Amino acid sequence: MQSVDLNSVKSFRCPSNYFFTSVGKKLVMGISGLVWAGFVMGHMAGNMLMFISPGAYNSYGHALTSGGLIYVVETVLLTALSIHVFFAVWLTVDNRRARGSQGYALSQKGSKGASIASRTMAAQGSLILAFIIFHLITFKFGPVYETTVNGVQMRDLHRLMVEVFQQPGYFAWYVFCLVLLGVHLRHGISSIFQSLGVLNSNNQATFQKVGIVYAIVVSLGFLSQPISVFLSR
Amino acid sequence: MKDHTLKLKLKVWRQASSKTLGRFVEYEASEVSTHSSFLEMIDQVNEGLIKKGEEPITFDHDCREGICGSCGFMINGEAHGPLKGTTVCQLHMRNFKDGETLTIEPWRAQAFPIIKDLMVDRSAFDRIIAKGGYISVDTGNAPDANSLPVPKPDADDAFMSAACIACGACVASCKNASAMLFVSAKVNHLSLLPQGGVERPERVHSMVAQMDAEGFGACTSTGSCSASCPKEISLSNIAKLNRELLFSALTRRQAPSGDGV
Ligand code: HEM
Ligand code: FES
Repeated sequence: MQSVDLNSVKSFRCPSNYFFTSVGKKLVMGISGLVWAGFVMGHMAGNMLMFISPGAYNSYGHALTSGGLIYVVETVLLTALSIHVFFAVWLTVDNRRARGSQGYALSQKGSKGASIASRTMAAQGSLILAFIIFHLITFKFGPVYETTVNGVQMRDLHRLMVEVFQQPGYFAWYVFCLVLLGVHLRHGISSIFQSLGVLNSNNQATFQKVGIVYAIVVSLGFLSQPISVFLSR
Repeated sequence: MKDHTLKLKLKVWRQASSKTLGRFVEYEASEVSTHSSFLEMIDQVNEGLIKKGEEPITFDHDCREGICGSCGFMINGEAHGPLKGTTVCQLHMRNFKDGETLTIEPWRAQAFPIIKDLMVDRSAFDRIIAKGGYISVDTGNAPDANSLPVPKPDADDAFMSAACIACGACVASCKNASAMLFVSAKVNHLSLLPQGGVERPERVHSMVAQMDAEGFGACTSTGSCSASCPKEISLSNIAKLNRELLFSALTRRQAPSGDGV
Protein backbone atom coordinates (compact mmCIF):
# COMPACT_ATOMS: atom_id res chain seq x y z
CA MET A 1 0.00 0.00 0.00
CA GLN A 2 1.20 3.49 -0.73
CA SER A 3 2.05 5.52 2.34
CA VAL A 4 0.90 9.09 2.90
CA ASP A 5 2.72 11.06 0.25
CA LEU A 6 5.19 13.32 1.97
CA ASN A 7 6.69 14.82 -1.11
CA SER A 8 3.56 15.68 -2.95
CA VAL A 9 3.99 19.41 -2.67
CA LYS A 10 7.63 20.32 -2.58
CA SER A 11 7.17 23.97 -1.71
CA PHE A 12 5.87 22.99 1.68
CA ARG A 13 8.77 20.78 2.78
CA CYS A 14 10.44 23.36 4.98
CA PRO A 15 8.55 24.09 8.21
CA SER A 16 8.86 27.83 7.62
CA ASN A 17 6.65 27.43 4.57
CA TYR A 18 3.93 26.76 7.08
CA PHE A 19 3.36 30.52 7.14
CA PHE A 20 2.48 30.48 3.47
CA THR A 21 -0.27 27.89 3.75
CA SER A 22 -3.85 29.08 3.98
CA VAL A 23 -3.77 28.00 7.63
CA GLY A 24 -0.43 29.60 8.48
CA LYS A 25 -1.36 32.91 6.85
CA LYS A 26 -4.29 33.12 9.22
CA LEU A 27 -2.00 32.60 12.19
CA VAL A 28 0.13 35.49 10.97
CA MET A 29 -3.01 37.66 10.62
CA GLY A 30 -4.06 36.63 14.11
CA ILE A 31 -0.76 37.36 15.84
CA SER A 32 -0.22 40.69 14.08
CA GLY A 33 -3.85 41.58 14.83
CA LEU A 34 -3.33 40.61 18.45
CA VAL A 35 -0.39 43.02 18.75
CA TRP A 36 -2.61 45.86 17.59
CA ALA A 37 -5.56 44.69 19.64
CA GLY A 38 -3.33 44.89 22.70
CA PHE A 39 -2.07 48.30 21.66
CA VAL A 40 -5.52 49.82 21.12
CA MET A 41 -6.61 48.63 24.57
CA GLY A 42 -3.54 50.23 26.18
CA HIS A 43 -3.85 53.39 24.09
CA MET A 44 -7.49 53.75 25.04
CA ALA A 45 -6.79 53.20 28.74
CA GLY A 46 -3.88 55.67 28.76
CA ASN A 47 -5.94 58.36 27.05
CA MET A 48 -8.46 58.13 29.87
CA LEU A 49 -6.05 60.39 31.77
CA MET A 50 -7.67 63.27 29.88
CA PHE A 51 -10.55 62.90 32.33
CA ILE A 52 -8.13 63.46 35.27
CA SER A 53 -6.49 66.66 34.07
CA PRO A 54 -4.75 68.17 31.02
CA GLY A 55 -1.52 68.02 33.02
CA ALA A 56 -1.84 64.31 33.73
CA TYR A 57 -2.60 63.65 30.05
CA ASN A 58 0.35 65.68 28.82
CA SER A 59 2.78 64.21 31.37
CA TYR A 60 1.72 60.73 30.29
CA GLY A 61 2.34 61.57 26.65
CA HIS A 62 5.66 63.15 27.53
CA ALA A 63 6.76 60.13 29.55
CA LEU A 64 5.86 57.79 26.72
CA THR A 65 7.71 59.70 24.03
CA SER A 66 10.82 60.77 25.92
CA GLY A 67 12.35 57.36 26.65
CA GLY A 68 14.02 55.11 24.11
CA LEU A 69 11.26 52.56 24.51
CA ILE A 70 9.02 54.46 22.14
CA TYR A 71 11.23 53.47 19.21
CA VAL A 72 10.97 49.80 20.12
CA VAL A 73 7.20 50.04 20.45
CA GLU A 74 6.86 51.97 17.21
CA THR A 75 8.98 49.43 15.37
CA VAL A 76 6.92 46.52 16.69
CA LEU A 77 3.65 48.27 15.80
CA LEU A 78 4.77 49.30 12.34
CA THR A 79 6.07 45.81 11.61
CA ALA A 80 2.91 44.16 12.89
CA LEU A 81 0.72 46.52 10.86
CA SER A 82 2.72 46.02 7.68
CA ILE A 83 2.51 42.26 8.07
CA HIS A 84 -1.20 42.40 8.90
CA VAL A 85 -1.97 44.52 5.85
CA PHE A 86 0.29 42.49 3.55
CA PHE A 87 -1.32 39.20 4.57
CA ALA A 88 -4.79 40.76 4.52
CA VAL A 89 -4.33 41.75 0.89
CA TRP A 90 -2.82 38.37 0.05
CA LEU A 91 -5.62 36.40 1.72
CA THR A 92 -8.33 38.60 0.28
CA VAL A 93 -6.97 38.20 -3.26
CA ASP A 94 -6.63 34.42 -2.81
CA ASN A 95 -10.09 34.11 -1.32
CA ARG A 96 -11.76 36.12 -4.07
CA ARG A 97 -10.01 33.99 -6.68
CA ALA A 98 -11.17 30.82 -4.92
CA ARG A 99 -14.75 32.03 -4.96
CA GLY A 100 -14.59 32.57 -8.71
CA SER A 101 -16.03 35.21 -10.94
CA GLN A 102 -19.56 33.85 -11.12
CA GLY A 103 -21.39 34.86 -7.97
CA TYR A 104 -24.67 33.53 -6.65
CA ALA A 105 -27.89 35.18 -7.81
CA LEU A 106 -29.13 35.25 -4.23
CA SER A 107 -26.97 35.55 -1.16
CA GLN A 108 -27.33 33.62 2.07
CA LYS A 109 -29.61 34.92 4.71
CA GLY A 110 -31.01 33.74 7.99
CA SER A 111 -29.19 31.24 10.12
CA LYS A 112 -26.99 30.00 7.30
CA GLY A 113 -25.64 33.44 6.46
CA ALA A 114 -22.50 35.10 7.80
CA SER A 115 -22.46 38.21 9.97
CA ILE A 116 -21.79 41.53 8.25
CA ALA A 117 -18.78 42.01 10.55
CA SER A 118 -17.17 38.82 9.28
CA ARG A 119 -17.95 39.48 5.63
CA THR A 120 -16.51 42.97 5.50
CA MET A 121 -13.18 42.60 7.33
CA ALA A 122 -11.21 43.80 4.30
CA ALA A 123 -13.30 46.95 3.85
CA GLN A 124 -13.16 47.71 7.57
CA GLY A 125 -9.41 47.15 7.58
CA SER A 126 -8.85 49.48 4.62
CA LEU A 127 -10.75 52.26 6.38
CA ILE A 128 -8.86 51.60 9.61
CA LEU A 129 -5.57 51.88 7.71
CA ALA A 130 -6.67 55.22 6.28
CA PHE A 131 -7.68 56.27 9.77
CA ILE A 132 -4.31 55.32 11.28
CA ILE A 133 -2.46 57.36 8.65
CA PHE A 134 -4.67 60.45 9.10
CA HIS A 135 -4.56 60.02 12.85
CA LEU A 136 -0.76 60.13 12.83
CA ILE A 137 -0.77 63.17 10.55
CA THR A 138 -3.24 64.94 12.85
CA PHE A 139 -1.54 64.21 16.15
CA LYS A 140 1.99 62.83 15.93
CA PHE A 141 2.96 65.06 13.03
CA GLY A 142 0.44 67.80 13.84
CA PRO A 143 1.00 71.26 15.29
CA VAL A 144 3.35 71.35 18.28
CA TYR A 145 1.97 73.44 21.15
CA GLU A 146 4.16 73.85 24.21
CA THR A 147 3.14 73.73 27.85
CA THR A 148 4.84 73.37 31.20
CA VAL A 149 3.72 70.80 33.75
CA ASN A 150 5.45 70.84 37.16
CA GLY A 151 8.31 72.86 35.69
CA VAL A 152 8.91 70.45 32.80
CA GLN A 153 8.41 71.76 29.29
CA MET A 154 6.48 69.39 27.07
CA ARG A 155 4.12 69.15 24.12
CA ASP A 156 0.55 70.28 24.84
CA LEU A 157 -1.24 67.33 23.23
CA HIS A 158 -4.32 67.96 25.32
CA ARG A 159 -4.88 71.35 23.66
CA LEU A 160 -4.42 69.81 20.22
CA MET A 161 -6.84 67.01 21.04
CA VAL A 162 -9.50 69.43 22.26
CA GLU A 163 -9.09 71.62 19.17
CA VAL A 164 -9.43 68.62 16.87
CA PHE A 165 -12.44 67.00 18.53
CA GLN A 166 -14.34 70.29 18.69
CA GLN A 167 -14.56 70.31 14.90
CA PRO A 168 -17.70 68.47 13.73
CA GLY A 169 -15.94 66.94 10.69
CA TYR A 170 -13.12 65.41 12.73
CA PHE A 171 -15.53 64.40 15.44
CA ALA A 172 -17.82 62.52 13.03
CA TRP A 173 -14.86 60.81 11.33
CA TYR A 174 -13.51 59.64 14.68
CA VAL A 175 -16.85 58.33 15.84
CA PHE A 176 -17.29 56.46 12.56
CA CYS A 177 -13.82 54.93 12.65
CA LEU A 178 -13.99 53.95 16.30
CA VAL A 179 -17.26 52.11 15.71
CA LEU A 180 -15.56 50.44 12.76
CA LEU A 181 -12.63 49.43 14.95
CA GLY A 182 -15.13 47.88 17.33
CA VAL A 183 -16.68 45.89 14.49
CA HIS A 184 -13.24 44.73 13.30
CA LEU A 185 -12.32 43.66 16.81
CA ARG A 186 -15.67 42.00 17.39
CA HIS A 187 -15.02 39.51 14.63
CA GLY A 188 -11.23 39.61 14.82
CA ILE A 189 -10.80 38.77 18.48
CA SER A 190 -13.13 35.76 18.33
CA SER A 191 -11.44 34.68 15.11
CA ILE A 192 -7.96 34.79 16.66
CA PHE A 193 -8.82 31.90 18.96
CA GLN A 194 -9.83 29.93 15.91
CA SER A 195 -6.63 30.81 14.04
CA LEU A 196 -4.45 30.05 17.04
CA GLY A 197 -6.22 26.73 17.39
CA VAL A 198 -7.27 27.15 21.02
CA LEU A 199 -10.98 26.95 20.26
CA ASN A 200 -12.95 23.81 20.99
CA SER A 201 -16.63 23.02 21.14
CA ASN A 202 -16.73 23.73 24.87
CA ASN A 203 -15.10 27.14 24.92
CA GLN A 204 -16.42 28.38 21.55
CA ALA A 205 -19.28 30.37 23.07
CA THR A 206 -16.97 31.89 25.68
CA PHE A 207 -14.50 33.13 23.06
CA GLN A 208 -17.37 34.65 21.07
CA LYS A 209 -18.25 36.63 24.19
CA VAL A 210 -14.63 37.63 24.78
CA GLY A 211 -14.64 39.15 21.29
CA ILE A 212 -17.82 41.09 21.95
CA VAL A 213 -16.70 42.40 25.36
CA TYR A 214 -13.23 43.35 24.13
CA ALA A 215 -14.67 45.23 21.16
CA ILE A 216 -17.20 47.07 23.29
CA VAL A 217 -14.64 48.09 25.93
CA VAL A 218 -12.15 49.42 23.36
CA SER A 219 -14.74 51.07 21.16
CA LEU A 220 -16.84 52.72 23.88
CA GLY A 221 -13.73 53.63 25.88
CA PHE A 222 -12.23 55.48 22.93
CA LEU A 223 -15.59 57.00 21.93
CA SER A 224 -16.04 58.56 25.36
CA GLN A 225 -13.05 60.80 24.68
CA PRO A 226 -14.09 62.71 21.53
CA ILE A 227 -17.71 62.69 22.67
CA SER A 228 -16.93 64.38 25.98
CA VAL A 229 -14.81 67.02 24.23
CA PHE A 230 -17.41 67.65 21.56
CA LEU A 231 -20.30 67.93 24.01
CA SER A 232 -18.45 70.43 26.21
CA ARG A 233 -17.76 72.79 23.31
CA MET B 1 -51.14 15.84 8.22
CA LYS B 2 -53.54 16.76 5.46
CA ASP B 3 -52.25 16.00 2.03
CA HIS B 4 -51.99 18.98 -0.19
CA THR B 5 -50.03 20.03 -3.20
CA LEU B 6 -47.96 23.05 -4.06
CA LYS B 7 -47.49 25.11 -7.13
CA LEU B 8 -44.01 26.63 -7.36
CA LYS B 9 -42.03 28.79 -9.72
CA LEU B 10 -38.49 27.54 -10.23
CA LYS B 11 -35.57 29.54 -11.58
CA VAL B 12 -33.01 26.89 -12.41
CA TRP B 13 -29.44 27.38 -13.60
CA ARG B 14 -29.04 25.63 -16.94
CA GLN B 15 -25.59 25.18 -18.40
CA ALA B 16 -24.83 22.62 -21.10
CA SER B 17 -21.17 22.12 -20.13
CA SER B 18 -18.20 23.75 -18.43
CA LYS B 19 -17.30 25.28 -21.78
CA THR B 20 -20.59 27.07 -22.40
CA LEU B 21 -22.26 29.95 -20.63
CA GLY B 22 -25.18 29.23 -18.35
CA ARG B 23 -28.37 31.09 -17.59
CA PHE B 24 -31.47 30.87 -15.44
CA VAL B 25 -34.52 29.22 -16.98
CA GLU B 26 -37.94 29.46 -15.39
CA TYR B 27 -40.12 26.41 -14.86
CA GLU B 28 -43.41 25.81 -13.19
CA ALA B 29 -43.74 22.91 -10.78
CA SER B 30 -47.37 22.09 -10.10
CA GLU B 31 -49.07 19.27 -8.23
CA VAL B 32 -46.02 18.96 -5.94
CA SER B 33 -46.86 16.78 -2.96
CA THR B 34 -45.77 18.27 0.36
CA HIS B 35 -44.53 14.77 1.24
CA SER B 36 -42.07 14.62 -1.62
CA SER B 37 -38.43 15.51 -1.27
CA PHE B 38 -36.82 18.37 -3.12
CA LEU B 39 -35.15 15.94 -5.52
CA GLU B 40 -38.47 14.18 -6.18
CA MET B 41 -39.94 17.54 -7.02
CA ILE B 42 -37.20 18.07 -9.62
CA ASP B 43 -37.75 14.51 -10.89
CA GLN B 44 -41.35 15.49 -11.49
CA VAL B 45 -40.32 18.62 -13.39
CA ASN B 46 -37.88 16.52 -15.41
CA GLU B 47 -40.56 14.03 -16.39
CA GLY B 48 -42.53 16.92 -17.78
CA LEU B 49 -39.48 18.19 -19.66
CA ILE B 50 -38.78 14.74 -21.12
CA LYS B 51 -42.38 14.45 -22.29
CA LYS B 52 -42.03 17.77 -24.06
CA GLY B 53 -38.80 16.55 -25.65
CA GLU B 54 -36.65 18.98 -23.68
CA GLU B 55 -33.36 18.29 -21.90
CA PRO B 56 -34.00 17.34 -18.24
CA ILE B 57 -32.24 19.22 -15.42
CA THR B 58 -29.01 17.44 -14.48
CA PHE B 59 -28.22 17.08 -10.80
CA ASP B 60 -26.11 14.73 -8.68
CA HIS B 61 -27.79 12.21 -6.41
CA ASP B 62 -27.41 8.66 -5.24
CA CYS B 63 -28.60 7.38 -1.86
CA ARG B 64 -31.38 9.91 -1.37
CA GLU B 65 -31.17 9.30 2.35
CA GLY B 66 -28.60 11.89 3.36
CA ILE B 67 -25.59 9.63 3.69
CA CYS B 68 -23.71 9.51 0.40
CA GLY B 69 -22.99 13.21 -0.12
CA SER B 70 -23.81 13.18 -3.83
CA CYS B 71 -26.61 15.69 -3.80
CA GLY B 72 -26.50 19.39 -3.11
CA PHE B 73 -27.19 22.77 -4.66
CA MET B 74 -28.22 26.22 -3.55
CA ILE B 75 -31.89 26.98 -2.96
CA ASN B 76 -32.55 30.71 -2.67
CA GLY B 77 -28.89 31.28 -1.85
CA GLU B 78 -28.69 28.65 0.85
CA ALA B 79 -26.73 25.42 0.55
CA HIS B 80 -29.14 22.46 0.77
CA GLY B 81 -32.00 24.91 1.27
CA PRO B 82 -33.39 26.72 4.28
CA LEU B 83 -33.37 23.87 6.79
CA LYS B 84 -30.37 23.16 9.01
CA GLY B 85 -28.76 19.74 9.16
CA THR B 86 -30.40 18.49 5.96
CA THR B 87 -29.36 17.50 2.46
CA VAL B 88 -31.59 18.39 -0.49
CA CYS B 89 -32.52 14.72 -0.86
CA GLN B 90 -33.92 14.80 2.67
CA LEU B 91 -35.55 18.19 2.37
CA HIS B 92 -39.29 17.88 2.29
CA MET B 93 -41.44 20.12 0.15
CA ARG B 94 -43.63 20.87 3.15
CA ASN B 95 -40.93 23.37 4.12
CA PHE B 96 -41.99 25.58 1.23
CA LYS B 97 -45.04 27.69 0.68
CA ASP B 98 -47.53 27.48 -2.16
CA GLY B 99 -46.72 29.97 -4.90
CA GLU B 100 -43.13 30.48 -3.78
CA THR B 101 -40.35 31.24 -6.27
CA LEU B 102 -37.25 29.12 -5.75
CA THR B 103 -33.90 30.02 -7.27
CA ILE B 104 -31.80 26.90 -7.75
CA GLU B 105 -28.09 27.21 -8.47
CA PRO B 106 -25.15 24.82 -8.53
CA TRP B 107 -22.32 25.01 -5.98
CA ARG B 108 -20.04 27.77 -7.18
CA ALA B 109 -16.31 27.76 -6.53
CA GLN B 110 -13.21 27.97 -8.65
CA ALA B 111 -12.24 24.46 -7.50
CA PHE B 112 -15.71 23.02 -8.34
CA PRO B 113 -16.16 23.56 -12.09
CA ILE B 114 -19.69 23.02 -13.36
CA ILE B 115 -20.14 19.82 -15.35
CA LYS B 116 -23.72 20.42 -16.35
CA ASP B 117 -26.64 22.37 -14.88
CA LEU B 118 -26.57 21.70 -11.13
CA MET B 119 -23.83 19.08 -11.27
CA VAL B 120 -20.31 20.17 -10.32
CA ASP B 121 -16.96 18.43 -10.42
CA ARG B 122 -15.89 17.73 -6.84
CA SER B 123 -12.88 15.58 -7.68
CA ALA B 124 -10.71 18.15 -5.88
CA PHE B 125 -12.07 16.56 -2.69
CA ASP B 126 -10.99 13.12 -3.90
CA ARG B 127 -7.48 14.40 -4.58
CA ILE B 128 -7.29 15.81 -1.05
CA ILE B 129 -8.41 12.46 0.38
CA ALA B 130 -5.82 10.72 -1.77
CA LYS B 131 -3.13 12.74 0.03
CA GLY B 132 -3.79 11.24 3.43
CA GLY B 133 -7.44 10.64 4.20
CA TYR B 134 -6.72 7.02 5.03
CA ILE B 135 -4.47 4.89 7.21
CA SER B 136 -1.56 3.16 5.53
CA VAL B 137 0.26 1.62 8.51
CA ASP B 138 -0.44 -1.94 9.47
CA THR B 139 -2.98 -1.89 12.28
CA GLY B 140 -3.72 -5.59 12.40
CA ASN B 141 -7.19 -7.07 12.68
CA ALA B 142 -10.10 -5.33 14.31
CA PRO B 143 -9.20 -5.30 18.02
CA ASP B 144 -11.54 -6.44 20.76
CA ALA B 145 -13.86 -3.73 21.97
CA ASN B 146 -12.23 -1.51 24.59
CA SER B 147 -8.80 -3.11 24.20
CA LEU B 148 -7.49 0.15 22.71
CA PRO B 149 -8.14 2.96 25.16
CA VAL B 150 -9.63 6.05 23.46
CA PRO B 151 -10.64 8.98 25.66
CA LYS B 152 -14.36 9.63 25.38
CA PRO B 153 -14.02 13.24 24.17
CA ASP B 154 -11.65 12.09 21.41
CA ALA B 155 -13.99 9.31 20.39
CA ASP B 156 -16.87 11.80 20.28
CA ASP B 157 -14.91 14.33 18.25
CA ALA B 158 -13.66 11.69 15.82
CA PHE B 159 -17.19 10.41 15.40
CA MET B 160 -18.56 13.88 14.85
CA SER B 161 -15.90 14.45 12.17
CA ALA B 162 -16.54 11.08 10.57
CA ALA B 163 -20.11 12.20 9.88
CA CYS B 164 -18.85 14.38 7.01
CA ILE B 165 -20.33 13.16 3.73
CA ALA B 166 -18.10 15.39 1.56
CA CYS B 167 -21.06 17.02 -0.18
CA GLY B 168 -19.25 20.34 -0.64
CA ALA B 169 -21.84 22.58 1.02
CA CYS B 170 -19.09 24.10 3.18
CA VAL B 171 -17.16 25.24 0.12
CA ALA B 172 -20.30 26.40 -1.66
CA SER B 173 -21.53 28.49 1.24
CA CYS B 174 -18.19 30.01 2.23
CA LYS B 175 -17.49 33.49 0.91
CA ASN B 176 -13.91 32.32 0.35
CA ALA B 177 -14.85 28.93 -1.11
CA SER B 178 -12.74 27.44 1.65
CA ALA B 179 -12.58 23.67 2.08
CA MET B 180 -11.35 24.02 5.64
CA LEU B 181 -14.38 22.38 7.30
CA PHE B 182 -14.16 19.38 4.99
CA VAL B 183 -10.41 18.95 5.47
CA SER B 184 -10.66 19.48 9.22
CA ALA B 185 -13.32 16.77 9.41
CA LYS B 186 -11.23 14.31 7.43
CA VAL B 187 -8.06 15.07 9.39
CA ASN B 188 -9.65 14.94 12.83
CA HIS B 189 -11.67 11.86 12.05
CA LEU B 190 -8.45 9.84 11.68
CA SER B 191 -5.89 11.72 13.75
CA LEU B 192 -7.75 11.48 17.04
CA LEU B 193 -7.82 7.70 16.98
CA PRO B 194 -4.88 5.39 17.81
CA GLN B 195 -4.61 3.83 14.36
CA GLY B 196 -4.75 7.16 12.57
CA GLY B 197 -2.48 8.84 15.09
CA VAL B 198 0.63 7.17 13.66
CA GLU B 199 0.62 9.29 10.50
CA ARG B 200 -0.80 12.32 12.21
CA PRO B 201 1.79 15.02 11.33
CA GLU B 202 2.22 13.88 7.74
CA ARG B 203 -1.49 13.58 7.10
CA VAL B 204 -2.45 17.14 7.97
CA HIS B 205 0.55 18.51 6.13
CA SER B 206 -0.19 16.68 2.89
CA MET B 207 -3.92 17.28 2.94
CA VAL B 208 -3.57 21.01 3.62
CA ALA B 209 -0.95 21.30 0.89
CA GLN B 210 -3.30 19.63 -1.58
CA MET B 211 -6.22 21.78 -0.40
CA ASP B 212 -4.20 24.90 -1.16
CA ALA B 213 -2.99 23.51 -4.48
CA GLU B 214 -6.60 22.90 -5.55
CA GLY B 215 -7.34 26.61 -5.16
CA PHE B 216 -9.69 26.60 -2.20
CA GLY B 217 -9.71 29.78 -0.10
CA ALA B 218 -8.69 30.36 3.51
CA CYS B 219 -10.96 30.51 6.54
CA THR B 220 -12.36 33.84 7.72
CA SER B 221 -14.34 32.21 10.53
CA THR B 222 -17.65 33.44 9.17
CA GLY B 223 -19.28 30.18 10.24
CA SER B 224 -21.37 29.76 7.09
CA CYS B 225 -19.80 26.36 6.45
CA SER B 226 -20.85 24.88 9.75
CA ALA B 227 -24.30 26.47 9.54
CA SER B 228 -24.80 24.97 6.07
CA CYS B 229 -23.31 21.58 6.86
CA PRO B 230 -25.98 18.85 6.61
CA LYS B 231 -24.05 16.97 9.30
CA GLU B 232 -23.65 20.13 11.42
CA ILE B 233 -19.91 19.71 11.84
CA SER B 234 -18.65 22.25 14.34
CA LEU B 235 -16.61 25.30 13.36
CA SER B 236 -14.24 24.43 16.19
CA ASN B 237 -13.07 21.51 14.05
CA ILE B 238 -11.16 24.07 11.99
CA ALA B 239 -9.39 25.31 15.11
CA LYS B 240 -8.33 21.73 15.66
CA LEU B 241 -7.01 21.56 12.11
CA ASN B 242 -5.04 24.76 12.68
CA ARG B 243 -3.55 23.26 15.83
CA GLU B 244 -2.68 20.03 14.03
CA LEU B 245 -0.90 21.85 11.24
CA LEU B 246 1.13 24.01 13.63
CA PHE B 247 2.06 20.90 15.58
CA SER B 248 2.96 19.16 12.33
CA ALA B 249 5.14 22.06 11.15
CA LEU B 250 7.06 21.93 14.43
CA THR B 251 7.41 18.18 14.81
CA ARG B 252 7.08 16.59 11.40
CA ARG B 253 10.09 14.57 10.36
CA GLN B 254 11.43 15.29 6.91
CA ALA B 255 10.66 12.74 4.26
CA PRO B 256 12.88 9.70 4.60
CA SER B 257 15.90 10.00 2.31
CA GLY B 258 16.04 8.03 -0.89
CA ASP B 259 12.42 8.51 -1.88
CA GLY B 260 13.10 10.86 -4.67
CA VAL B 261 12.83 14.42 -3.48
C1 HEM C 1 -5.97 48.69 14.98
C2 HEM C 1 -5.77 48.00 13.93
C3 HEM C 1 -6.17 46.57 13.69
C4 HEM C 1 -6.48 45.58 14.58
C5 HEM C 1 -6.50 45.65 16.09
C6 HEM C 1 -6.80 44.41 13.81
C7 HEM C 1 -7.14 43.19 14.33
C8 HEM C 1 -7.48 42.09 13.59
C9 HEM C 1 -7.70 40.79 14.13
C10 HEM C 1 -7.58 40.42 15.58
C11 HEM C 1 -8.03 39.96 13.11
C12 HEM C 1 -8.40 38.50 13.17
C13 HEM C 1 -7.27 37.63 12.70
C14 HEM C 1 -7.64 36.18 12.69
O1 HEM C 1 -8.73 35.83 12.21
O2 HEM C 1 -6.84 35.37 13.13
C15 HEM C 1 -8.05 40.75 11.92
C16 HEM C 1 -8.39 40.27 10.68
C17 HEM C 1 -8.34 41.03 9.54
N1 HEM C 1 -7.84 42.31 9.41
FE1 HEM C 1 -7.28 43.50 10.95
N2 HEM C 1 -6.71 44.71 12.47
C18 HEM C 1 -6.32 46.01 12.37
C19 HEM C 1 -6.07 46.70 11.20
C20 HEM C 1 -6.29 46.20 9.93
C21 HEM C 1 -5.92 46.85 8.72
C22 HEM C 1 -5.24 48.20 8.64
C23 HEM C 1 -6.32 46.02 7.69
C24 HEM C 1 -6.21 46.15 6.19
C25 HEM C 1 -5.85 47.09 5.47
C26 HEM C 1 -6.93 44.86 8.26
C27 HEM C 1 -7.49 43.85 7.56
C28 HEM C 1 -7.93 42.67 8.08
C29 HEM C 1 -8.54 41.60 7.34
C30 HEM C 1 -8.83 41.59 5.85
C31 HEM C 1 -8.79 40.56 8.26
C32 HEM C 1 -9.45 39.23 7.95
C33 HEM C 1 -8.45 38.27 7.44
C34 HEM C 1 -9.08 36.93 7.21
O3 HEM C 1 -9.77 36.44 8.09
O4 HEM C 1 -8.86 36.35 6.15
N3 HEM C 1 -6.88 44.99 9.64
N4 HEM C 1 -7.68 42.04 12.24
S1 FES D 1 -28.38 11.75 -2.43
FE1 FES D 1 -27.04 10.84 -0.97
S2 FES D 1 -26.86 12.46 0.44
FE2 FES D 1 -28.39 13.24 -0.87
